[in-house]
Order: sequence, then C-alpha cells, then structure tokens
Amino acid sequence: MSQSNRIAGGQIDRSQTFRFTFDGVPYQGHPGDTLASALLANGVRLMGRSFKYHRPRGPLSAGSEEPNALVHLRSGARQEPNTRATVAELFDGLTATSQNAWPSVKFDALAINDRFNSFFTAGFYYKTFMWPAAFWEKVYEPIIRRAAGLGSLTRQEDPDEYDKGFLHCDLLVIGAGPAGLSAALTAGRAGARVILADEDFRMGGRLNMETLTIGDAAGADWAAGVVAELASLPNVRLMPRTTIIGAFDHGIYGAVERVSDHLATPAAGKPRQTLWRIYSSRAILAAGAIERPIAFENNDRPGIMMAGSLRAYANRWGVAVGDRVAIFTNNEDGLRTATDLRAKGVDVIAVIDARTDGTLLPGIRHLKGAEVIDSSGRLALKTITIRKADGKTETVRATALGVTGGWNPNVNMTSHHRARPVWDEGLQSFIPGDGGPPGLIVAGAAAGHMSTHGALATGQAQAIAALELLGMKAKADTLPKAEDAPISITPKWYVTGGKGRSWIDPQNDVTVKDVKLAHKENFSSVEHLKRYTTLGMATDQGKTGNVIGLAVMAGLTGQTIPETGTTIYRPPYTPVAMGTLAGRSRGKDFKPFRLTPSHKWAEEQGAVFVEVGMWLRAQWFPRPGETHWRQSVDREVLATRKSVGICDVTTLGKIDIQGTDAGAFLDRVYANTFSTLAVGKCRYGLMLREDGMVFDDGTTARMGEAEYVMTTTTANAVTVFRHLEYCRQVLWPDMDVQLISTTEAWAQFSVAGPNARKLLEKIVDQDISDDAFPYMGAGEITIGGTRGRLFRISFSGELAYEIAVPTRYGDALIRRLMEAGQEFDAIVYGTEALGVMRVEKGHVAGNELNGQSTALNMGLGKMVSKKKDSIGMVLSQREGMVDPNGYRIVGVKPVDPKGQLTAGSHFLEIGAEPVMANDGGWLTSKSTRRIWAAISP
Amino acid sequence: MADTLHALTALGHAAPETVEIGPYRITERFDVALASIASRKGRDKDVEKAAKAENLPLPGPAAAAEGATWASFWVAPQMWIVEAPFASHEDIVSHLKPAFGDAASITEQTDAWVRFDLAAPDLVPLMERLCNVDFSKAAAGFASRVVVEHTSCYLIKRGQGEVTLYGPRSSARSLLHALETAATSLL
Repeated sequence: MSQSNRIAGGQIDRSQTFRFTFDGVPYQGHPGDTLASALLANGVRLMGRSFKYHRPRGPLSAGSEEPNALVHLRSGARQEPNTRATVAELFDGLTATSQNAWPSVKFDALAINDRFNSFFTAGFYYKTFMWPAAFWEKVYEPIIRRAAGLGSLTRQEDPDEYDKGFLHCDLLVIGAGPAGLSAALTAGRAGARVILADEDFRMGGRLNMETLTIGDAAGADWAAGVVAELASLPNVRLMPRTTIIGAFDHGIYGAVERVSDHLATPAAGKPRQTLWRIYSSRAILAAGAIERPIAFENNDRPGIMMAGSLRAYANRWGVAVGDRVAIFTNNEDGLRTATDLRAKGVDVIAVIDARTDGTLLPGIRHLKGAEVIDSSGRLALKTITIRKADGKTETVRATALGVTGGWNPNVNMTSHHRARPVWDEGLQSFIPGDGGPPGLIVAGAAAGHMSTHGALATGQAQAIAALELLGMKAKADTLPKAEDAPISITPKWYVTGGKGRSWIDPQNDVTVKDVKLAHKENFSSVEHLKRYTTLGMATDQGKTGNVIGLAVMAGLTGQTIPETGTTIYRPPYTPVAMGTLAGRSRGKDFKPFRLTPSHKWAEEQGAVFVEVGMWLRAQWFPRPGETHWRQSVDREVLATRKSVGICDVTTLGKIDIQGTDAGAFLDRVYANTFSTLAVGKCRYGLMLREDGMVFDDGTTARMGEAEYVMTTTTANAVTVFRHLEYCRQVLWPDMDVQLISTTEAWAQFSVAGPNARKLLEKIVDQDISDDAFPYMGAGEITIGGTRGRLFRISFSGELAYEIAVPTRYGDALIRRLMEAGQEFDAIVYGTEALGVMRVEKGHVAGNELNGQSTALNMGLGKMVSKKKDSIGMVLSQREGMVDPNGYRIVGVKPVDPKGQLTAGSHFLEIGAEPVMANDGGWLTSKSTRRIWAAISP
Repeated sequence: MADTLHALTALGHAAPETVEIGPYRITERFDVALASIASRKGRDKDVEKAAKAENLPLPGPAAAAEGATWASFWVAPQMWIVEAPFASHEDIVSHLKPAFGDAASITEQTDAWVRFDLAAPDLVPLMERLCNVDFSKAAAGFASRVVVEHTSCYLIKRGQGEVTLYGPRSSARSLLHALETAATSLL
C-alpha cells in the first residue's frame, strides 16, 4: 500500500521516487516532499508521543511552527532529535524514528501517564516529590526526566562540519511569500543589494499551498516567475532553506542556512549548516501568519490539524490526510479549505462553523453555530462529536479534521528587542507594536494585512519606504490582480461544557484545565502562567498555542486579551543545533594555537606540551629512561643549577614603548620608577591596578633615550597592552607615547646557570664579560652577524640572560645554543622546571599574583614609590593593605621530607580545629623539590 | 661561530608555502619587511614631510597605498605599518630612522606577522566566510583590522581577486588551516 493518500497535483516531482523508513518501516515519497507529507501520503498519521501524557500525536501543521511531529532524523552519530517532520526535506534513504515512546510509538508503556493525568496537572512537580528533600535529586528527578521529554541524544560526536559567514545588504527581506517576493522584486529592480531569505526549500510561502491566482497565473507559478527574475538580478541574493533566527543590534540578523540537510550526508568538506551574520541597512519582515486552533476535548489526536495545513498538504504535496474530512472553523478561511479539498476530490463530510452569520457553502454540509466537542480514536482520529446550533450532538466518522481559530500575524522577530505586540480587534490577533528592532519594518500578513493583495501591496510599499530612507528610489510597478477578501472571524478560543481535557499547547501537554488551575492558584500573570504551566516553552515556543492560552486566562480574569498581556518572543525563531553555533570551533580547532619559535625543535626532542592560554609551551623534555615527569623536571632543574639551561620565553609579552614621555609614562603605570633608568639597563617593575592590588610584573629595558621594551607575564600580555593603550589614549592623551606589541616579533630564550655566560660567549659576536655587560644590562648584539638583543636578567636565581633574535631565526638560535652548549652539558628546560626554579628563588608568579595580593603581601612593598604618583599607589596605602600583620609570602619546607602538600592547602597548628580563626595561611605554589611558596599571616 | 642563523618561515619551513584549493591560491610571503611608524606628539607635519621625501605613502584611515619601494597601510590615528622588500630592507628600522629622525616612533614588525596573499578570480565567497568585511563593496586599497576564526588580522584588499592578510606569526598554522577549510567548503 504505497502512498495510498497521494492525490493529484502538488509541487512534487513524481518522476523520481525516494525511499525512506520511519520506525524501520519502508515507505516511498518524491522530491519536494517533507517527511510529514510523505508519511501522510503513505497513510501514516501517528508520528510521536506527547511530552507528559505520552498521547499519540501526528502533525498539527505543515510548517516550522509544528509542536507535535517531532522525530529523530537520521541514525548513528548523525541522528538529530526533535526534528520537525513538517520541515524535514525528504531525501532518498532518509531514516527517521519516533521519539519519547517505548517500546514503540503504537504501544507506549508510559501512556499509562495519561490514565493518571489528574496527578500530572500543571505544576505537579512543585507540589509532589517534596519529601524527603534528599530524594529530589537522586530519585524523583531522574524518574521524571526519564518519563518526560522529547528526543534523546546519541552521545556520539557529531561527524558533520558547520560553517559561519558574514553577509551585507541594503535590504534584508525575511520570508519569500507574496509580501516578501513583492518587496524583494521592488527593491531588486531598483538596484538595491537585497537578500531574500526563507526557511522553506521552495520560495513562495502560502502561494505554494493555495489555489489562488495572481494576475492570470496560479499563485505558485507567479511566485516561481518572480523567483526566477530575482535570481537573474546580480544585486539579489536568494537564500532558500535559510531561517532568520534573530534580530540583533545595529541591523544585524542571525541566519541558519541548511546547506546539506536535504542530502543524506554533506559532500566532503561541505558544511551541514552555515550560521550567517547578516548586516542589513534595512530589513522587512514578511514572515506571514501562523494559524491557531480552537481547543476542544481530545483535540490532539493524529488526524486533527490546522485547516490551512490540511489544505497545504493537498495543494502543495498532493496528499489527502484522510478519506473523510471535516472542518471546524470560526472564520472564512476554513471554508477555503473545504472548497479546495472538495475540488481535489476529497470527501468533505461537514464544515462545523462556529459563526452564525454569513452564507452557506453550496454542496457541502455546512453547520452554522456548531462546534466540535470531542473526538475518538486510540492512535488516530476515528470520530468527531459535533454539538449543533440547536444543542443536539452528533457523532460522525472522520479520519481528518481541519481546525482553524484564525491566523496570528507572525510577529516573532519584532519582539526580539523587547517590543510588545498590540491587539487588533478586527483580526482578533496581536500585530507588531512600536519599538521593534530599529530598521525593521513589517509587511503582509505579519503586519496584519491578511489578503494576497494586501501582501503584495504592503511588500511593495515597505520596500519603497525602506529604500527611500537609504537614499534610493524604487518604482511602484502596477500590482497584479489578487484576492483581497476581508477578514470574517468570530472569536472562538475553546469549546466549553465538557469535562475532559482540551489541549492548548500540545507540545507541553498544556490544557485549558491547566490554565484554569494556574488562575485558581493565582498564577494569573502571563509570565507566571507560562512558567507554571510551561505554556509556550520548548521547541515551538508556543507559536500555535500562546494566544489561546492568553484568551483562556482573559476569560477567567474577566479582562480583555490585551489587558491580560502577552509574553514576547526571543531568538532563536526556531531551534538551532549547538553545532551550528559552535561552527568550526570544536575539538582541536576550538581555538587557534600559538607556537613558539622553538616549537619545531621541541617536537623533535619529544617535548611534552602544555596549553598556556593559546600558546603551546614545552612542559618538560623527557629523555630515554625517564619514566616519570618528575625525573625529567628534576634533571632539568639540577642541570641548570649545575651548569646551564635554556628555556623559550618568547611567550612573555613584549611591548615597545617610545616617545619623549615614555619614561614619565612608565613612572605612572609602574609602582616603581623607570624614568631614571639608564640607557642599556633593565629593571624589574611592578604594576598595580587602580585598587592597589598587584596587576603584573616583568622587566623593562631602556633601549634608547625615548625607547623602552617592556616585558609582561605570558598570561597578561594582552591585558597589560590593553591597559597601557587605555592609559595612553584615555587617561593621559597629552603624553607623547607610542605603543606596539612586539611579542611575536622576537624569539627570546632564557639562558641560565653558572655557565650561561660561557655558552653565550661562544655565539655572541660582542664582548659580554661581566664588565662589558653587567648585571641588568640590556643591549643590541649580533649572533654570527644576525641582529639580536641581550638582557642580563634572572628569574631562576642563577647567572642568567635572555637572548632574542627576530623570530624567523628562533629555530636556528635554539639549535645554535644547544650545539654550543654541548661542552657544558646544556639542557633545555620546560615550564615545569621554570616554575620550580622561580619558586626556589622566591619569585612570585600567577599563583601569587591572583588579584588578591598587594605588593606588601608579596614582600615587594618597598617597590611602591611614594615619591611619585602611579596607578594604584594611593589605594595600595589603605589601612587594610598596609597591615604589618597581614599576609606575607614565605618559603616553606616540610619537616618531614616525605610529606606531601598540594597547592591550596591551608596551614594549621597540630591539633587545631580547621576554622578560619586558626588559619595559618595557605600554600600558593608547590615545586617538585619540596620547597613551597606560601602566604601566612 | 660566525655562521649566520638560518631563517624559517612562520609555517616552520625553509621556504614559503603555496596552497591551491580549487580557484583559491594561498601564498605565504616571506619576502616583506615590516615596521610600524607612529607620529610623535605634534610632529605630524614632520612625518608627512619625511614620508614624502622617502616616497613612502601614508594613507588615511581604512586604506593601504603602494609606492615604488615602500607600501603602507593605516592601523590607527597617525600610525601605519610600512612594507618594504625584505632582501634589501631586513633591518627596516635602520632604513627609516634616518628619514624620520625623532619625529616618529618606529618599531620593527617583520616577524610579528605571517603574511598570506589570497588570490582567485572572485574572492567574495571566501571572504564572506572569513571575516565581516563587506568585501564586494570595498574598493581596492581598502585596509582593515579583522578577526578570522578568533585570530586578529589585518586585511588589505588589493583587488576583487587579490587580498593580503597579515595574521599573528605564532598562529600561522591555525590561520592557514582556517583559510584552507573555508576554501575547501566552497568547492
């Protein structure tokens, strides 16, 4: 029985057949189908189970507003939960499975929840599962999470790639229905740079789903013609399969393009989806309208759907959802569905029209003043019960029921900057209010212009208006003739009188009863209503149910709907995969790496690397026979202490500071003085924050009268540079100071140990004897003729230098140093050994300079000069910060050499109670040689 | 040991690399010396005069300009990065100092950057995926600081199919990977 419900017509390619499976059962469909249309064509109405009660569910809609038909799409690592079958484009080989059902969607054990529905009313989990408190996390929550929910994750890594990009346009048109096409055509013909984006794979919006004509052509054909013309314009970019997910600041819109979702797998190297950031000068929202249901008892069975969707499945996809179809309406649009279906040869058994006025449809059983009050059918619709105008009820057999309670303008995007929509009495709907995203204007049904003519006219007018604001002139071409029927609607939100449950928000299993309960328990505010009942949450964000919920609450409170208010929409418009947001930033591509100049050499030596910010630094260099990192690190430390060790310190921030005020500038940013530093010398500097705490430290060398080179810690290289720029540009703009980072420009190596000078003397062309190059000296040198710099500074307590060459020569320099150092048994040490030696020296680093330390705490109080003003100097003298009994950095050595302490350990007297009053300080850093730096009061 | 030190490119090789992916060509440039020039306070006119004498163009904001020997692009108010042939200007500061004297602060920047030249008949699709510059609208000679995959770069549009991208040298491999990945996704 293949495609038993397929009827003539539609915009599918019947010349090709796609094979796909749902819950393991093979089916057939055609290009142009969605998963939902193909399943419905095959007579499958049951596609999932509901969130809480595990009620059988089928599609409610034919679009992205779908709350019910959520499936797992694809299998294995590519399986994606909560995919709306109504927008999943069919492809050959597609596999889908139902979700939230066990063991099968037809027989779901947890459907028992439905029997006990009186226990699961709104907010039931706030009232139950309260005692004992300890049970909540360990017992109750796991059970609830297993029982409720939507799809599940595979816990496998997503094999697909995701891209991102940036687009620019004069005019972004959101939605390619009649209003959007009209706007894009007007602006495109005027020469504006236009982006037309639509979430559907076929542009045209409702025109593809209606039998209406535009001019002499069928609406769908007119749309295809306009799309073809737009495609021919070089200034217009068409973006089908692209959802605008949010309106952000300054005319920026987020868009998700489903590049490969219509294929079994993306082509090699191609992304599955692309997240675009669109910079628009102006934008037109032409997102149409979303139909809403009328709630009645058991209105959630598969086969009951929006009347407009029933019509869409017939007109666009050539699918009759059922062989006996009824329509329940309160507006004229319901009659359009009945007429179209009958024209397609579908048996329309009745139109149940809540209105009492108006004309009757000829040739169809048209019941005025009637309502559908109930339905039956275990897994799908079998009968509906009608209450007629005279009060008599009648149960009739029906396999599909189209329901329409009117159309809600799709105001979603207009709320993204917190603008609230306003109520339109004539439409009985919210329309966009003032205060939407600047630059965004609305056209067509999204603005409340519900006819085709209204869409075409407002699309054109808004495009002209938008371009005029950009100084561009667009022409108002004569519009083709199109339907312009007035709205005829009688408000009808839900059917009263029954005792059963009437669903408002089928995705969250929120019923009219739940809203009544919320009101009874005084959760009447719309925000409370949402959170108490979960109305409007989850993947569909209440696109179909919100207004009914508000209407029910309004009825209960005696207020009007606008008085009741509305929650507002936030981005994203429809769910976005986490992978799309992450883009390429995943795994080892999560962030860029920075490699040191000696990286290649270090790799050759088998170095173990550690991520330090974005840098990959050698942590230690294991040698054959070393089985534990401690052995490597101890060897590196001892060898350095004994003879000479080399370390790549390029990662330290380097900032070139020049200008006639450079010295005075440094006096202000450093706690100690630099203007008196002699040319050719360097000095250790301490930088404070405004609040007097230590910010950073490092050496700064004076390379010329008006030229300094500052060194910062690796971690603070960027923040110090940013701080200096702030000082230069904002605090003291009159100072003659110029800054630029040179961190990357120079490869710099520390050469430390008693034989450091001997080693360097072998490679440096100049005299670097103690007399010629004294302690804290700095100057330019050459190494075999290559330009370089030498600084005589030490952080390890030994005779030490730092030698620098332009980065391209860094690899050669490390090799030259190692070659020259052979006779001294020179070694290269990594960051671990560096840490050990600086702790042994008592030099503070990141563990101590943690933002809570003062210079006094660090034993550096005397470095804060009182003879001049500098950032942080005044506040560093606050009472609590100069406490003579305050914390001090000290060295600690365990009495028992076998004792183990870890950084962060607090010191207590033996036998003392571990309370703050007895705290004797804590261990800030630990070296491998059992000497620690710590702070004690 | 009087041997001069051998040089490695930012990608860690002796010679620069060229990668071709479909219509896109990514060429590492290793033959350009760079320096920053920043006017000292109140010395704008002196800098302008010195630059003119050197035939060194100093373009306005968001622009790059090329002369016979020197080229440059604007990076901040009264601050530029200048380019010159590496072979003749390795010690680029020593070439500039005599011309500008104490009117400008000059700092060598040659090895602070990796330079990739991108070429294709049309670079718009690639640039759309790399950074937020409105590339098709930008004129030749446009220069801007941009962010490419979390990496801060300078972009110079030489033409519709020609771009220079300066990125941090230490991230050369990551930057190239980002360029290659974006180009591959367009095939």
